[in-house]
Amino acid sequence: MTTQRMTFAKAINTGLRKALEHDPKVMLMGEDIGALGGVFRVTDGLAKDFGGDRVVDTPLAESGIVGTAIGLALRGYRPVCEIQFDGFIFPAFDQITTQLSKMHYRSRGRLNLPVVIRVPYGGGIGAVEHHSESPEVLFAHTAGLRVVSPSDPQDAFTMIQQAIASPDPVMFFEPKGRYWEKGDVDTDADPLAAASTLDGARVLRSGTDVTLVAHGPTVATALKVADAAASEGRSVEVVDLRTISPLDTTAVAESVRRTGRCVVVHEAPVLYGTGAEVAARITEECFYHLEAPVLRVGGFHTPYPVAKLEHEYLPGLDRVLDAVDRVLAH
Amino acid sequence: MTTSGPLTDDGLVQLLTPTGERVDHPDYTPRVAHLDDEALRGLWRDMVLVRRFDTEATALQRQGELGLWAQCLGQEAAQVGSGRALAPQDYVFPSYREHGVAHTRGLDLTELLRLFRGVDHGGWDPTDVNFHLYTLVIGSHTLHATGYAMGVQRDGAVGTGDPGRDTAVVTYFGDGATAQGDVNEALVFAAVNNAPLVLFCQNNQWAISEPTTRQARVPLAARGPGFGVPSVRVDGNDVLACYAVTAEALERARSGGGPTLVEAFTYRMGAHTTSDDPSRYRSAAEEDYWRQRDPIDRLTTYLTATGALTDAFRAEVEAEADALGERTRTFVRALGRPETSTMFEHVYATPHAVVDAERAWFEQYEASFAGGEQR
Repeated sequence: MTTQRMTFAKAINTGLRKALEHDPKVMLMGEDIGALGGVFRVTDGLAKDFGGDRVVDTPLAESGIVGTAIGLALRGYRPVCEIQFDGFIFPAFDQITTQLSKMHYRSRGRLNLPVVIRVPYGGGIGAVEHHSESPEVLFAHTAGLRVVSPSDPQDAFTMIQQAIASPDPVMFFEPKGRYWEKGDVDTDADPLAAASTLDGARVLRSGTDVTLVAHGPTVATALKVADAAASEGRSVEVVDLRTISPLDTTAVAESVRRTGRCVVVHEAPVLYGTGAEVAARITEECFYHLEAPVLRVGGFHTPYPVAKLEHEYLPGLDRVLDAVDRVLAH
Repeated sequence: MTTSGPLTDDGLVQLLTPTGERVDHPDYTPRVAHLDDEALRGLWRDMVLVRRFDTEATALQRQGELGLWAQCLGQEAAQVGSGRALAPQDYVFPSYREHGVAHTRGLDLTELLRLFRGVDHGGWDPTDVNFHLYTLVIGSHTLHATGYAMGVQRDGAVGTGDPGRDTAVVTYFGDGATAQGDVNEALVFAAVNNAPLVLFCQNNQWAISEPTTRQARVPLAARGPGFGVPSVRVDGNDVLACYAVTAEALERARSGGGPTLVEAFTYRMGAHTTSDDPSRYRSAAEEDYWRQRDPIDRLTTYLTATGALTDAFRAEVEAEADALGERTRTFVRALGRPETSTMFEHVYATPHAVVDAERAWFEQYEASFAGGEQR
């Protein structure tokens, strides 16, 4: 086992490199992903090593990127598309929801579309409009798509390779605010031999008093909340959903049956968000174990605000701790 | 007929006039020189069979056997002419009205009806006949065709000089689709990648109720040069000219010459679909004008004059069409309701916990009525 310390971005880069080496049909497509290495440098060096036919600088047209990726997949390729920023995915929304998600179904299983769409998402980086959004549930609401989000470098490394190997289309949401955080990554492990990371949640921190559910960028926040709560003598269990579709509420329910309390946190707006779905399912499955209503902490029903206000909009340590206090007050 | 704008008949490649006279074109006559009487009779037969099928399907919708039908009436020459220029390894991405092209790919026409019967969202294995499933969102599939063509390039199946290997991709779309962003993006991606693609636009003059003048100020083929895509306007009711221009475009694609935009200027003689009522937005005089330019009639006139179309052959095809009609009716009526459980199948290629759980719940729910009333 070779463990290397690397950033989240480098972990994805390394995973992409492994996938390109492993399967000649894997190819990357997106805007500025070649010589520049992507605006976040996630594809740094890959065009140089694998050539412009496999690491393709596309025209500046998101629907075109996803639409041509569908055609390439029909011809036997495994395209990995990069959408430059979350807020720029909507020109491709039609191709993703009406075409990519449904091809396997409408062909009665005859056609597979192994397409991965990488989306840097989430806020906290002081960006301009359309560069900080969290649109993951818009895709989770469409059957046929897998929607996943890694929360640390090791998972990013494993999940990107498993996503590329999946015969299903995968929406791969990368928490851009975590791109430069470092972690240990076992780069020798074969992710394709490992357990699936595309199907289930994981318990990252054991606790007894409250179950705190997060995914992507808010997982690190949740772990800080657990630390802070521990200093006040409260034991918080942190569940990293990893996947929004499928949504693994079995792991959450198992936790809530022990803790009796649940808080869900995400950057996306609370209204109709992942938290709403988790809360509904936990209420159905764990009603008699609940000591308090399931609380949600997330973005407001406003457009993503200006950068100078984003830290009030985002569910930070204080607001999540407040929710933990409130469920414990019951 | 106007003299300018998107509905002009200026600049159309034509080899067979509306009155059935064979005319020459310096570039395109050689493209059809090898078509002997048997081949020409074959084109006539194709068009007659497709029209009979189309008529039967319309009748089946009226009888309540189909939920909807989109007629290709009037567009048989554009579809059969272009389709017969294809090689087996070529791949087609149709819209939803390309029944004539389906026929030329060897797809049994009845297979098209599962979708319109409401028993399947597709209905056939596209890889069997290199004819993709119909796409109902206007223009989306033109990008799939472009991507597929980019894959063909990466497979080294372009410009080898091997006629059994070099491959072209053809996508069909209408005048309305040319206003869609996806079609314009397809032209951009195809152009910059020099993709082996033929973008075959059937300008049938009507996007449901909107005339082509609501989509463009210029002939649709005039858009191609702006993208760097060679373009040609062809008389879409002339099966020979459609064959010729498509053959040229396919050759360019297969040899590595890149994409071509073909505008086949034709007319949707029927309604948009069986749910439409053209009398609300176009005149009977216009329909009469185009009825006199019927794509089958002009080939009939020509082949009768040359003696290629014998009474015996016509009778043979008539019997074949009758048999196709009978087979179509029988096939549709035998297409039963799918099992409810199929609703949950093939949502994903790999197990998905939410779908599995919902399916299990639903099956249990259904089973709770065991012994009760059946649907």
